[in-house]
Amino acid sequence: MIYGLIAVGYTMVYGIIGMINFAHGDIFMVGAFLSLIALLALAGLGITSIPIALALTLLFAAGLAALYGWTVERVAYRPLRGSFRLAPLISAIGMSIVLQNFVQVSQGARVKPMTALIPGGWELMNQDGFTVQLSWMQIAIVATTLIVLTIFTWLVTKTPLGRTMRACEQDLKMAGLLGIDTDRTISLTFVIGAALAAVAGLLFLLYYGVIDFFIGFLAGVKAFTAAVLGGIGSLPGAVLGGLLIGLIEVFWSAYFSVEYKDVAAFAILILVLIFRPTGILGRAEVEKV
Amino acid sequence: MTAPLLSLSGVSTYYGAIQALKNVDLQVHEGEIVTLIGANGAGKSTLMMTVCGNPRARAGQIIYDGRDITHEPTHLIMRRQIAQAPEGRRIFGRMTVYENLLMGAETSGQTNVPALLDQVCDLFPRLRERLTQRGGTLSGGEQQMLAIGRALMARPRLLLLDEPSLGLAPLVVRQIFGAIRTLNKETGLTVLLVEQNAYQALRLAHRGYVLVNGAITMAGTGVELLARPEIRAAYLEGGHYT
Repeated sequence: MIYGLIAVGYTMVYGIIGMINFAHGDIFMVGAFLSLIALLALAGLGITSIPIALALTLLFAAGLAALYGWTVERVAYRPLRGSFRLAPLISAIGMSIVLQNFVQVSQGARVKPMTALIPGGWELMNQDGFTVQLSWMQIAIVATTLIVLTIFTWLVTKTPLGRTMRACEQDLKMAGLLGIDTDRTISLTFVIGAALAAVAGLLFLLYYGVIDFFIGFLAGVKAFTAAVLGGIGSLPGAVLGGLLIGLIEVFWSAYFSVEYKDVAAFAILILVLIFRPTGILGRAEVEKV
Repeated sequence: MTAPLLSLSGVSTYYGAIQALKNVDLQVHEGEIVTLIGANGAGKSTLMMTVCGNPRARAGQIIYDGRDITHEPTHLIMRRQIAQAPEGRRIFGRMTVYENLLMGAETSGQTNVPALLDQVCDLFPRLRERLTQRGGTLSGGEQQMLAIGRALMARPRLLLLDEPSLGLAPLVVRQIFGAIRTLNKETGLTVLLVEQNAYQALRLAHRGYVLVNGAITMAGTGVELLARPEIRAAYLEGGHYT
């Protein structure tokens, strides 16, 4: 599910300017760190009510990460728009490294632990001393993801902003001819994508309880795999891809070996690219001219 | 005569090092239909797009409604009641016809979208039947109607039409040209029309310009240009007498 949230950001940016934003995973990492800082600060201020603290953290992290997203687009991609295709891609990789090192320097390279905020769970089954438990945390992740994605889908399909974004995605030049400020729309896309990544960062922090400056890379590549698997450019595809990658990893870990779970995910990426490059829900480009 | 609605003076446009427009002068007055004819690659579409600021003119001046728009960003120019139905139609294939039309009204601050939608659908009844269909599933003629309809949704004073007859059956072309004439007569809409179909365009237009290799070589009323032997030789003796 977390992969799904990050994958949506990849898919959106790819859809609108046809570029893979390699720094997206690192925005996710920054979001996780911002969440940790916010939670610690709130605890320091004596706010102990967990729901309030989490809500404030969410706003703080999503807001600041959105600012990061906007800055990255402004600094690293906009000046390169209109130059050759590889330029922004290389710039994105550079941006990814910048963010990683920035966090490493400012937050230290050590793994940051955090105590579990939402303990306990819901017992599904108890037989012969084995219990099957669904933790509150897992339920919270699923619920948050579903809510965020529902709001987001509504935004894209029903609102003027969403129509503008889809117009830019389909034909940037024509969108300009209709009086749409395309630069602003692209910025907004980055901002929304970054905010979603920050939500994913908060969930990651709460669920795993440990973060370091390098989590963005692996999560980013996995989310990218999810986006490709679902069909890059397709929003429902990104969510579906995220779910599938998550399930594949879990089942692989359970039946084969935990050490090689990343191999499973990347093997999927390679297989998809070879046999079905448009992904599961990807569109075949059949359009009348 | 009053000042023209749109006036280009000494406009030159380049793609990289290649000069596409050479020192072009052109005027369009309020309420006129002006056509620009010329062969493939003469720079007709470039001229249209230069008015919209994409690509930008490297030299010269473009005045619209008394204001210099040469250096304005594209999206601001298009909010000044200029609308373009561009070459190749460029409708949004994965949006419905209804959404495509809405996009036309989106940024021009229209308050009465349903009424506008009604007007456009009265002009092109085919669109009303297909409002919920995706743009990409329309036939060529319907797509062209949609492209013009989308432009009209912005309630333009100046409508830029780039080759509306391209690739369409003669009957559909007549429908579309008829709609342009109606709009011009009834609402006083000003039209700049780019066409390869010179005969029909010159008959429809009040005035015309001929563009050759990026430069204006002739100008005059539609009737005058139709009577010129060099126009007949270059653009009309190819079976365009429909």
